[in-house]
Amino acid sequence: MKRKKKAGPNYNIYGWIFISLAFLLYIIFTIYPAIDSLLLAFQSFEGGKYTFVGLKNFKRMFGDAIFLKSLGNTFLYMVIQVPIMLLFALIIATLLNSKFLKFKGFFRTSVFLPCVTSLVAYSIIFKMLFSLDGLLNQVLIKLGILDAPYQYLQDSTWARAVIIIAMIWRWTGYNVIFYLSAMQNIPKETFEAAKVDGANAVQTFFKITIPQLKPIVLLTTIMSTNGTLQLFDETMNITQGGPANATITVSHYIYNQSFVYAPNFGYASAISYMVVFIMIILAIIQFTVAGKED
Amino acid sequence: MHNKEYRIFKKVLLHIALLIVVLISIFPFIWMLTGATNKSVDVTNGALHFGKSLGENWANLQSSANVFLVFLNSMKITLIYTFVSILICSMAGYGFEKYRSKGKNIVYSLFLFSMMIPFSAQMIPLFKMASKANMLNSHTAVILPTLAMPFLVFFFRQSFQSYPTELIEAARIDGANEFTIFFRLVMAPMKSTFAAGAIYAFMKQWNNYLWPLIVIQTNEKKTFTLLLSSLASAYYVDYGQLMLAIVLATIPIIIVFLTMQKQFVEGIVGSSK
Repeated sequence: MKRKKKAGPNYNIYGWIFISLAFLLYIIFTIYPAIDSLLLAFQSFEGGKYTFVGLKNFKRMFGDAIFLKSLGNTFLYMVIQVPIMLLFALIIATLLNSKFLKFKGFFRTSVFLPCVTSLVAYSIIFKMLFSLDGLLNQVLIKLGILDAPYQYLQDSTWARAVIIIAMIWRWTGYNVIFYLSAMQNIPKETFEAAKVDGANAVQTFFKITIPQLKPIVLLTTIMSTNGTLQLFDETMNITQGGPANATITVSHYIYNQSFVYAPNFGYASAISYMVVFIMIILAIIQFTVAGKED
Repeated sequence: MHNKEYRIFKKVLLHIALLIVVLISIFPFIWMLTGATNKSVDVTNGALHFGKSLGENWANLQSSANVFLVFLNSMKITLIYTFVSILICSMAGYGFEKYRSKGKNIVYSLFLFSMMIPFSAQMIPLFKMASKANMLNSHTAVILPTLAMPFLVFFFRQSFQSYPTELIEAARIDGANEFTIFFRLVMAPMKSTFAAGAIYAFMKQWNNYLWPLIVIQTNEKKTFTLLLSSLASAYYVDYGQLMLAIVLATIPIIIVFLTMQKQFVEGIVGSSK
């Protein structure tokens, strides 16, 4: 008797079917646009059509004062806001993780709450706080600290500070979520051993908590720097990039170049690839620094 | 004893420190809730009590915009987006995790790499595509481009690791087909994962701003974030009316957050496990 072996279904094919929808959408709406804008970066709209202009768009950036300003602002936000926010987040997570804490649920929920608000909504709230007829001016006048309302958002230093303060408010709780869940994974014995050895809270924080959290600190640093490089909603809704482009970010400038000024898709695409390039460089630096400390 | 007092002091200090953090965190929420019931002047005067102007603010808001329509637009876009993206991304995550092959690993790396491509490097071609396809100013144009979210694919793949492959194999022996296995057998016990993914997608789309700002052009198609932005940049801003609009835009998210906080946290942290 011949035994015919029943051929099993080719499971590999099913795998591809499961992936197919996402992959198709991904090719159409991510890969194709990414390639298209890379090509656009080397073109310019001249005489009614796009023509290849080589590196002209990239050269133009280095002589473009507003672009350089937007790049400077973006780095300023990154260098000041990201470390302050991450440090706050680490401290708050440590406090929330304390075994002496009562009403844990209440404290956690309240700390996480800012990160559910839409970027537009909280930006508007901060604009209201700092505007000419805003809450801060009213309070300071009532307290006799100010005689007349101050135009915070018309002062370039203050305007940048407001953006940074707003972002710290919105994103600190978000990072606390990451740190808290990572801290809960550190074995309790580690902390107890440190206590037995006579380490105080500050020593424990720097010698145990931070080294144990290193991978997650790296992750949040990369996420935050990438987020800052794409900053748009806040500057658009708090300051509109002003006064005199003092707060404009690279993403905001790309938007202006594409949809506000006379559309300049070639140049805007070149700038956006500059952002991709910077992101990759920063990620490499962050990974190298994190690797070296081991 | 000295030691005991010191410990109590530390505990009190801990609670006071966190209480300050909590006050800073929730102050804008209290201000916005009370502000929605106060006159414009009182909002900026820092009134933190409920006033009597809720009805007036509501009437003003309605005369500025068709709030119901804007709310429905946002809800429609967000719900369709959430449902479809969860379906597509969970299937992809499942495909990558349970049917591993060399080719799929390459595709998966491509997905992960694209998390590095900022939206600004895609928006111009996407705008050109939408305009060529005659889809500018449509909700479809808002929904389509970001349906396949690399983060969600990654999140689902990580989560499916914990689903025992033996159960899938056993179902195959019983003669179940691959899709029945996924939709009947796998989805049900992973409800919490799906909820976490859904919350992530819901928040992302409900709060979406830059892309709708580019493709939506008329008031009838506007979403809530666009309405907020235009109310706030008006020449004369009525703060009472604006606060009410912000409250309406924030409430759906807060309800989701308060009722499903565990899944919400899982959706955010899932990536780092």
